[in-house]
Amino acid sequence: MIELRHISKVFPTADGDFQALDDISLTIRDGDIFGIVGMSGAGKSTLVRCINLLERPTEGQVLMDGLLETEDGGPVDLCKLSPAQLRRARRSISMIFQQFNLLMQRTCLKNICFPMEIAGVPKAEAKKRALEYLDIVGLPDKANAYPAQLSGGQKQRIAIARALASNPKVLLCDEATSALDPTTTRSILKLIQDINQRLGITAVIITHEMAVVEAICTRVAILERGHMVETGTVEEVFSNPKTEAGRRLVFPEGANIDKFPVADVVRVVFNGGSSYEPLIASLAIDCGVKVNILGADTRNVNGKAFGSMLLGLPEDKGEAAKAMSYLRAQKDVTVEEVPDYHA
Amino acid sequence: MLDLFNSPEVQEQFSLFLELLPGNIWDTLYSTVLATVFAYIIGLPLGILLVTGEREGVRPLPRWFMAALNFIINILRSVPFLILMILAIPLSRLILGTSVGTNAMIPPLVIAAFPFVARMVESSLREVDRGVLEAAQAMGASPFQIVRKVLLPEALPSLLTSATTVTITILGYGAMAGIIGGSGLGATAINYGYYRTQLVIEYAAVIVLVILVQIIQSIGTRTAVGSDRRITKKGRRKGLRDANRQVSRDKRVPPGAM
Repeated sequence: MIELRHISKVFPTADGDFQALDDISLTIRDGDIFGIVGMSGAGKSTLVRCINLLERPTEGQVLMDGLLETEDGGPVDLCKLSPAQLRRARRSISMIFQQFNLLMQRTCLKNICFPMEIAGVPKAEAKKRALEYLDIVGLPDKANAYPAQLSGGQKQRIAIARALASNPKVLLCDEATSALDPTTTRSILKLIQDINQRLGITAVIITHEMAVVEAICTRVAILERGHMVETGTVEEVFSNPKTEAGRRLVFPEGANIDKFPVADVVRVVFNGGSSYEPLIASLAIDCGVKVNILGADTRNVNGKAFGSMLLGLPEDKGEAAKAMSYLRAQKDVTVEEVPDYHA
Repeated sequence: MLDLFNSPEVQEQFSLFLELLPGNIWDTLYSTVLATVFAYIIGLPLGILLVTGEREGVRPLPRWFMAALNFIINILRSVPFLILMILAIPLSRLILGTSVGTNAMIPPLVIAAFPFVARMVESSLREVDRGVLEAAQAMGASPFQIVRKVLLPEALPSLLTSATTVTITILGYGAMAGIIGGSGLGATAINYGYYRTQLVIEYAAVIVLVILVQIIQSIGTRTAVGSDRRITKKGRRKGLRDANRQVSRDKRVPPGAM
């Protein structure tokens, strides 16, 4: 389990201090694939780098258990470890990066051996294990290739193999798929999910792409300007984002409705299962009310249907009220007015 | 023209030169190689410290230490070699008991070259991607492991390129050391050519120096390009072509410019 308690990070800059993270507390359970999302500059990279102390938090605790033997068997605060203890703890926390960060002067096999060299694993055993990891990431024929000879996706696979080589408990992914094309992204995500399920490694995934989160994450936290604004299961956050920042991320394509002459705008949220029912058509037939679809976004999350729709109600108050009561009566659908839509 | 070559004076100078040549080449290469090795023994660790010791480095050192280190290196680099060499004469006497001869050239050469080496090493190591260092840190590598397994191997092609430049610079400095009683090709050019106006010997010695520089540069470039794994086979051929083009451009530089 990883527990971040009241993490703050301040970067001193030429024009004053910059608060990158402000009092963030969150818990990542063992075996989770935990997504941390936010716009660029929200502080998500800083947050993940605080987990292995590449960035030392200005305040707060980074608690993890199972890394070092403690007297009481409880979790340790990484911030309180000596440099040597921290290095030992870091062997159980692997990290992969957007830019892969492979050693360019070493072959793939030697790259995978690298963390084991650091940990003092005998050469022959390291090589044997490295070959196994090459197999796991699906590149058994690239042992003697240099990173420069590989594609981006292949480099990330080697980086993942290298991350696994130290037998970690946690895998931190800092924008690991952001430099890759959509097809490669999917295959890398599949690999991370596979590793999570087969080896039971907890994964923390930093991304600005919601598609990544919905593809593999079990829980998610949303960051905005250094604050954690929402956290929960992916289902909760996706079906009903409670904050403006959450909605912006979950429904990035908010329709531009200035063009539509409508009185009231409501957001209809589908909470699993009902996305595929012809709600709007039934509304038109059953009530005879014509609503305007201003924007819609439906997704398939972990086998269940989720989504939301922005509807412009008719200007006639009576018809609008009729439509509202019809929508409210539906199962698995929540309706809320969007008062600030015209603002 | 033929008369000139047939003149007894020229022939006499030329045969004297040929007689001196093997010893001169040996002296020049001997002092260059030894001085380069010693300059690296001192300069390489300093260059590493300059990179790893800074505030964002893998093993930050006290600010005053870094400031002092930079200051000393800058001072030594700003003293012209000829002056530094004269200042270092007592050092040769102290270490070797003599201030003339091939061995006596080495301490001044080392003193002049090690700050240069430190800066060259520093700039090579700075080329290593910060992300790679971070990855190694995230894996729990110690500062020493990062230097030995990441910084130096990753910077190898660049280190070899700069080592070539250093060797050629020391060769040039060594030629200058002829003025204060050194030996080798430079000393011959100065003692016979400049002081006794035996121009044939002077030019012949300079031509041999030019050839030595070309050979060292070609070997250095080939080794550096060959050690670079960032480029694929096709890229390596191109790298070598570019390097050769560079060498032939250098050939057009007149000898006096060295």
